[in-house]
Formats: sequence, structure tokens, C-alpha cells
Amino acid sequence: MRVKGWLAILATVLVCAGQEAPAQGFAGMGEAVKGFANPDPSHRFAFPADHGAHPDFRIEWWYLTATLTGPDGTDYGAQWTLFRTALRPGEGTGFASPQLWMGHAALTSAERHLFAEKLGRGGVGQAGVKVSPFAAWIDDWQMISRASPGADALSALDLNASGAGFAYRLALEAKGPIVAQGDQGYSVKSAAGQASHYYSQPFYTVTGTITLEGKDIAVTGQAWLDREWSSQPLAPDQTGWDWFSLKFDDGARLMGFRLRDGGAGYLSATWIDADGTPTPMPPGALRLTPLEETRVAGRDIPVCWRVELPQKAVDVTAAALNPQSFMDTTVPYWEGPIVFSGSHTGRGYLEMTGYE
Amino acid sequence: MRPAVGLLALLSHWRRHPFQLAMLLVGLSLATALWSGVQAINAEARASYDRAANVLGLDGLPRLTMVDGSAVPLARYGDLRRAGWPVSPVIEGPLPGSDLRLIGIDLLTLPTEARLMDPAALDLQGFVAVGGEVLVPAGAAARLRLPDQPRLRETADLPPGIALADIAQAERILAAPGLSYLLLSRDAALPADLPADLVLARPAAGEDIARLTDSFHLNLTAFGLLSFAVGLFIVYSTIGLAFEQRRGVFRTLRALGLSAAALTGLLLAELLLLSPAAGVIGVGLGYLVAAVLLPDVAATLRGLYGAEVPGTLGFRPAWWLGGLAISVAGTLMAAAQSLWRLWHLPLLATAQPRAWAHQAASGVRWQAGVGAGLLALACGLGLWGVGLWAGFGLLAALLLGAALILPLILHALTFCAGRLARGVLAQWFWADTRQQLPGLSLALMALMLALSANVGVGTMVGSFRLTFTGWLDQRLASELYVTARSAEEAAELTAWLAPRTTVILPIWSAETMIEGQPAEVYGMTDHATYRDNWPILLGAAEMWDRLAAGQAVLLNEQLYRRGGLALGDLVDLPGGALPVAGVYSDYGNPRPQVIVATDLLVARFPDIPRLRFALRVDPAQSAALAQEMRAVFDLPEAAVLDNTRVKAMSLQVFERTFAVTGALNVLTLSVAGVAIFASLMTLSGMRVVQLAPVWALGLTKGRLAALDFARTLVLAVLTLVIALPLGLVLAWALLAVVNVAAFGWRLPMAVFPADWLALAGFTLLAASLAALGPWRRLARMAPANLLRVFSHAR
Repeated sequence: MRVKGWLAILATVLVCAGQEAPAQGFAGMGEAVKGFANPDPSHRFAFPADHGAHPDFRIEWWYLTATLTGPDGTDYGAQWTLFRTALRPGEGTGFASPQLWMGHAALTSAERHLFAEKLGRGGVGQAGVKVSPFAAWIDDWQMISRASPGADALSALDLNASGAGFAYRLALEAKGPIVAQGDQGYSVKSAAGQASHYYSQPFYTVTGTITLEGKDIAVTGQAWLDREWSSQPLAPDQTGWDWFSLKFDDGARLMGFRLRDGGAGYLSATWIDADGTPTPMPPGALRLTPLEETRVAGRDIPVCWRVELPQKAVDVTAAALNPQSFMDTTVPYWEGPIVFSGSHTGRGYLEMTGYE
Repeated sequence: MRPAVGLLALLSHWRRHPFQLAMLLVGLSLATALWSGVQAINAEARASYDRAANVLGLDGLPRLTMVDGSAVPLARYGDLRRAGWPVSPVIEGPLPGSDLRLIGIDLLTLPTEARLMDPAALDLQGFVAVGGEVLVPAGAAARLRLPDQPRLRETADLPPGIALADIAQAERILAAPGLSYLLLSRDAALPADLPADLVLARPAAGEDIARLTDSFHLNLTAFGLLSFAVGLFIVYSTIGLAFEQRRGVFRTLRALGLSAAALTGLLLAELLLLSPAAGVIGVGLGYLVAAVLLPDVAATLRGLYGAEVPGTLGFRPAWWLGGLAISVAGTLMAAAQSLWRLWHLPLLATAQPRAWAHQAASGVRWQAGVGAGLLALACGLGLWGVGLWAGFGLLAALLLGAALILPLILHALTFCAGRLARGVLAQWFWADTRQQLPGLSLALMALMLALSANVGVGTMVGSFRLTFTGWLDQRLASELYVTARSAEEAAELTAWLAPRTTVILPIWSAETMIEGQPAEVYGMTDHATYRDNWPILLGAAEMWDRLAAGQAVLLNEQLYRRGGLALGDLVDLPGGALPVAGVYSDYGNPRPQVIVATDLLVARFPDIPRLRFALRVDPAQSAALAQEMRAVFDLPEAAVLDNTRVKAMSLQVFERTFAVTGALNVLTLSVAGVAIFASLMTLSGMRVVQLAPVWALGLTKGRLAALDFARTLVLAVLTLVIALPLGLVLAWALLAVVNVAAFGWRLPMAVFPADWLALAGFTLLAASLAALGPWRRLARMAPANLLRVFSHAR
């Protein structure tokens, strides 16, 4: 028997432990959970504590995507993600810890998309997040702070990961402030009020080395870190999402997503000025239109989109650097770098989940 | 003429000869029974190896443990993972309140090759957590009395003796101080050199078990095939008889317009009707055979190889179908000759009923030639063959060659006897015997195979038992054996025991890799107990002194033979190689073993547990001392063993080991008896033509019958006389070739003439019983039947 099969079931455990009902929504994330803390609109981020884990919430992630360029101008993308899932709220010692961790890393070029996954348990040192000095790790993949004393822990990071055929080692430096998404960090995900705590650091510059099939390549670029935690981010009828992070050449940023349901979906966006000032966009402001689908991993996935935000005169066409940027991991999804042009130009990352 | 009518006409034969029908069914179902019984046992055992491998493939994966054998600290695991070591933690221990071994695994890091049980059988959400489910083998839950009972779930996917839980749950239940070991994937790239306090073992135990037990299963399969072949002789005889008796019917049917092809087709249809019926009975019987024998087989496999097989039989459609198929195939094989002849029979053939027998006689020489070739091959394999397959090839060539050559030998013997015979009657007796040989030779071959297998296996088991009991006496020279639970207890025990015993001899051991195999290293303290008793096979001069001085090692026979080592060769041990000074026998242990001086062992492996001791005491006092020791230190029953009990246990394992062999032996011999019976019945029906003239010349029916009876016994005894040396050669091959290849030890051969006498008695009894029916038939035959021979021109 293939362990893969086990892990697929384990994925359900990871995201809906203790639930009797069959998984709903993407990877069971649309389920009600008792006992876990719920996002609180009055919560204000307190750092460095909020850089760390929130074990009373069911799920949480440290999600970094980087758009990179090699010395010959070749585009690359890198992803480093640490997911936390709790079987029960709270922490425990040793294997009694209810916290499970999942790491995903990927390196993408126009031709290749290489990825790896790691799973681990909390409580035994294999995986976790430490607030001070900041470190997030699973096995030998890590994201550690090298910020100078007094500066925000996330303002300078060292990042590494490796998998079959690829590796990267990147140094990140934040050139702008941390940005609270949604209403001062309270990001609503459905009309019914599902929400998460959500902040980003979208202003990293990156230098480092990637290793692609045995060849070391020096790279530079930009990166975007998302921090999000919740106990139930999707409404039961929501099946997945399309999430965009756009880095405009003029320094502004746009985060936008659409949560798909039976109808028009739930759209949300935050405009971030070049100086880091966030402007939550009103419902209906963002328009996302899939233009072209590609057959990826046995499913039809839109890999070319029209993104419109009339308030900011944004009307761009975003296309995947590599349409086959599929993460065929325990929880499968599409995640890859995009290039956009139109009213604005720039690069970004696209994540699409729940396409069957 | 419609085929259906023809078929009915053919089938009517069986209605008029129900005994023949019974014989056909008995022969076929017996053959199928033994064959499918053995297959069932093999299938069950293999399935349980698979299950065992399925639990984790644990035994097949490399693992890291602490050098000193202590538990791996939890923090160490985290550190190794962060350093990029792809290790997966396992906590293992006896499940309290049960006879199960609990294995706690971490599904998140388990190597991909660690094949797991069917995921459908596992409720994963209930598994990963403290308080998660504990999986136990089917039927085990009711037996368990666990403190604060965890949720149990029975599953057929687990091998017996194993319980499986999430590592968190296992950590809690076992109150484990750390991790038992860390698993690695088989081909994992290691990020760095191994830290000094860890050892990497790459056990191939699972494969070893498969390899070792293969020889055992091959053994069983060979027995199954032998039984099947013997059973087919019965079928062959019966079909031949039915064919002869129905010549008239065939002629009539052909005369009525049935083509030869149609007639052959009808006979084929008839066989295809009968053989599955016999197959079903056979497979059913086979199931019974397997169910009766399996507990013994399970005991054997556990005793010899440590392989766990449940003593209960599962239902496997594959071997039911296999049994049916082999029954049909066997029938067609046995009937091929008859069908071939029918196909070529002239339309209104009045062929001599005995003609085919003469024809067969002409083939004897050709057959003997093939036999001689096979015997030569057997000689070659015996002299130059290497390994288990050569051993089995030798056995097969020997048996088959001897069987093929048997008719020629019997022919020659009866010819000589006829020459030497004085008087007309005696000459007729031998001539008639010789004339019957072709018809009987198949049955006699079957008998010879069964007899020689019996002698061979009996001699092997007997030799083994003699050697084994002698060896046990040598090996278990100390009166008492005690195992402490901790180092402190060991210290207290030795202090307490010192004034109460003649000597306390440590039995400490370490695990290491020798010659690329996982091996045991034992420490031996210099003492007369060992010098006087240890079962040495080969020893260099000053062996004991050099061993005691730490200048040399002793090897067990298995390592000595498999490693192709010689006295004086160097054996690699951690800390430096040492020369081999002696070789000792070590029956029942599949693993390589090395003995060094205790001081050397402790120096080379400073962290081994030092818990076991052998005690020399006055034998009269040993029982009392054992009792006192248990009481004073509150030791469990099994912690103190006296040598008589260990010997009794070992012998019990031994007896169970060969119970299966014995049972199959008797069954094969019985089938051979039935084969003779069937052959004689066939012949007696055809022999009226030959007997009638002798009867007409004045010999009474009673004397004729008595002569026939005597003839059967004479042939059986001749066969036995030929089978005896063959059996001894077989025993030699088993002891000196197959055993060495399969187990790694060679046994001295002993002969047991008393057993041969018993076997001769059994053979004569079987032959008498087989000849009884034909005798009575002849004695009671109406004179009119004999007279009719002269009026009929058949």
C-alpha cells in the first residue's frame, strides 16, 4: 500500500480532527469546530507575540512567496510554508502535544516546478515556531530571524528549504512595515461572518542562491509573507479560493481573494500603498475573471486571469509563469508565480485551492 | 447417435462398478487433499509473513539506537530531525496485562517503505492522538485486561502478538522513558556522519525469515508434490482398469457410428465431470489436513525461525481453485495414455487386453536409462552442488531416478529368481510375477518413493533428536539461569547468590554486524562448566586459554559455514579483529554468533545490559534456591529457569517441529498402500486369462490365490529392500546438504534399524491389506468364469 494514501487521509485529520462529519469545503476547512478560540474583531496585533503560534486556534500558517530573477534575467518563484493544525486546542509536552505541522516548499521556473512536503508533530522539537529569537522550522527547513535588536523580528529573515532536485537559501530584508489585512487584521471570509486574523509583510527584498537540478544560481527579487490564523476560515458552502498577491513595479501592493461558493463567491481586497498604508476595499470593488484554463494534475485550473480594481484604475491580465505549478502534496493545490501587464506591470503569486 | 446417449452408456460403467468409482474418487481426492493441504499451510504462513512485514516493514528498515542500548531521549529525536536526519520514532514494549507487544509509531514521519496495513482498516482520526485507538489482532481484545482500558479495535491485518498505536498513546501506556529506536528509510541519504553515541543497524531480519522459512515451505511443498504424485498412481490405475473393462462398450459405440473423436471427447467429458467432484472432496480434506497440521507448523516456524504464524486457518479462494485445477490437471495427466490409445484404436479392435502392458515393458529400458541419468545427476549435485536448491535438486533427481530404474531392477531380480527356481510351479510363479511387473510397476514406484522418504526423513529426524538432546545436555550445563530486571537488581542478586552458589557465570551479549549480517556476541567466563561441556565441533590448540585471554573467539557453526571461515581466520569485531579458535554447534538458532571472553565483551561493548547469569549449584539444591530467589527478590516465574525445564521446553519445540513431517510421512505411505491396492484390483480383473490355463492344469483356485497373495508380498519386500538404501542416501542428503544450506548446521547421521523393522511390518501389512481383496475375489471366482476364457476369444 502506498503511504501516499495514508497521508491523504491524514490530511483530513490534519484539518478536521475530531469531526464526525465528512470533510466539507477545501480540505475540510469549512467545518464548525468546538473548543477552539474564534477570531475576535477587537484583537489588535501585539508583536513579537503574534509572530508565534496560537495553539488555541485550529489552523495557522507562515506563508512566504518570493518572485526571483537569475543573473541572466530568468524568472523563478519560491514558496516556503509552515502550516500548523491542532487536533485539540492548547499545547502539551512530548508526543502528547495536539499540534501537527506541515511544511511545503517549492521552486518554480517556466519549465520546472519542484516541490517537497514535510510532516511533523509538535512537542518534540521536530517542528514549531519560537517567538524569541524568532524561528519557524520543520526538520531542517527553517525561517529564522536575523533582525537587529529593537527591530521587528520579521524585518530580516534567513530562509532555507530543500527537496528532490531543488534547494534554496534566501536572505530577506523588509523595506516597509507590516500590514494588517482586512479590518485592522480581522479578515472576513464570508457573508456569514467567517473570519481570520491576517497580517502580511509584503515588502521584502531578497538575495540568495537557489539550486535547481544540481546547479547553483544567484538570485534577487521580492518576497511576501502572510501570517494567518483561525479556527474556521470558510463557510460550509465555500469550496475553495483564488488568492492573489500583486507587487506593482511602482511599489504598491494588492492582496485580493475570491472564496468560491455556489454563487458569485465572496471577494475581498486590500490596497497597500508603497509606504505600507493599507486600504481595505469595499465588497464588490475587486473583480476577478478567469480567462484561460489549463489541464493540471487531472483538473481544469484557470492559470490566466483578468484582475480589475476600478477604484485604483487597476485592470491587468495575470498569467502563470508555469501553468503546471501544482502542489501535489497531502492537501493538493495550485501555487505559483505570476506575471501581469495591462494598466500596471509587475509580478506576484497566485494560489488556487479546491479545484477538483 | 447422440453424444448424450453415448455419455450415459459410458457412465453406466461406474454404476455397475461403484467400487472402482470409489477408488477413482479416493485416489484423486487424497492426492488433491495432501497437495492442497500443504498449499493451504504455505499460503497461511506466507500471508502472515506479509502481515508481519506490513506492520511497519520494521524489521526490514535500518534503525538507529543508542550505543549503550538505552532509550533514545526525545530531545535527541528533535535535534536529529532538525539536523536533517529523516528518522521516525518508534516506542515498543510489552503491552501491560497482555501477551502482546505494543508498537507505537508516528505516521507523520514513518518512512514510505514502511508498508502499513490497509488504510481502510484504520480510523485515522481515532488513531493519531493520546487516547487514540490501540489496534490489536483479531480475537485479542477479549483477552486483554489493560489498566485504564484504551479504546481497542481488532483488525485482521495485524500479525499475532502485535498491537499498534500512535506513538503518543504508546508513550503513555508504556510509560516509556524515551524512544525505543529511530527508523530510517532503506536508501535514506544521511546528512552527516553518525554521531558517536548512536549505532545504525541495517537488519534484514524480515528477508532473513522469508529466506529461512522458504526452505521449510519448500520442504512441505516437496512432500505435497510427492503425495500428489503417489495419489495420481491410484488414478492412473483406476482409469486404466475402467478403460480395459469398457473395451466392449467402446467397440459397440464405435460400431453404432460414434467417431473416435466423439468417443474420446465423451471420455474426456466424463473425466471433467468426475475430477472436479473429487477435487472438491480433496480440497475439503486438504483443509482438514491443514487445519490439523497448522498449529504444529506454526510452532515449528516460531521455534526454528521466530516467525509468527497464527495457528488458525483462513479461507483463501485461491487455493480452493488451485486445488480444483490440480485435481482436473492430474486426472487428465493420468488419463492421457488411455485417451491416446483410444484415439488410435482400430474400429473393431479386439486388441489383446494385455498388449499395452507388453508395450510398456519395452519402454522399461528407455525409462531405466533416464533413471540412470538422473542418478548420475544426483551424484554430481551431491559432490559439487552448492546451496539449498542444489540440495533439493539432489533429492528430486535421486528419488525420480531411483523410481524410474526400479522396474528394471525388479525385472532383473525376478528373472534371476526364475532361473534359480526349481520346479515348474516356481518357474511359473516368477515368470508370471515378471509378466505382471509392468502393470504393477507404477504402484511399486509409488511405494518405493513413500518408503524411502519415510526412511530418509525418519533417519534425519532421529539423528537430529539424538544430536539435539546430547547438545542440550552440553549447552545447558549450569543448573540455574537468572535474569535481573535492572543493573541494581543484578548487583543485589549476585551479592546474595555468591555464598549460595559454586560459581556465577555472566551471560551477557551484544548485537553487532559480522560478515555483513546482524550477529550476537556473547561473553564467556573461563570456567570448567564450559571447558568440560561446551559442544565444540572444531578446536585449535589452547583454544580455551586463548579465548580466556581475549586473544581468540569461538564461532557458532552457522557463522563458520556461511562465512566460509577456517580456524585462525580473523573475524571483524568492533574494536579490532580476532582469530577463530574454535567452532561450536548451535542448533535452533538462525543467526550468526560469536563468543569472546566476558572481559573482552565488556571492554568492547561497555554499555551492554549486564542482567543474565548462569549459576552452578548442587543439583539437589537448585529447585529450593530458585524458589528462594524468586521469593526474596520478587522475581517473575520466567526470570529464574532451571536447566531441566529449559531442556523439556526445547525438546517440546523439537517434537512439534517434526510432528508435521511425521504426519505427512504416514499419509504418503497410506496413499501408496491405496495405490498398490488399486493396481492389484486392476490387474486381477485382467489376469483371469492367464490364470485359467494354470487352473485348468490342476492348480486349485485357493492355491492360485495364495500364490498371488505371496507375490504381492514378495514384490513389496523387494521394493522395501531397494527403498532402504535409497532412504539412507536421502537421509544423508538431508543431513549433509539440505540442512547445512537451510539451517547452517551439519548433523552426524545415526541409523535406526528398529524403525526399519517397524516400517517393514507396516509395508507388509499395507501390501497384505491391498492383496486381500483380489485374493478373496480369485478364491471365490466361479469356475464358469475361468472356463469362459477358453470359450471366449476376447
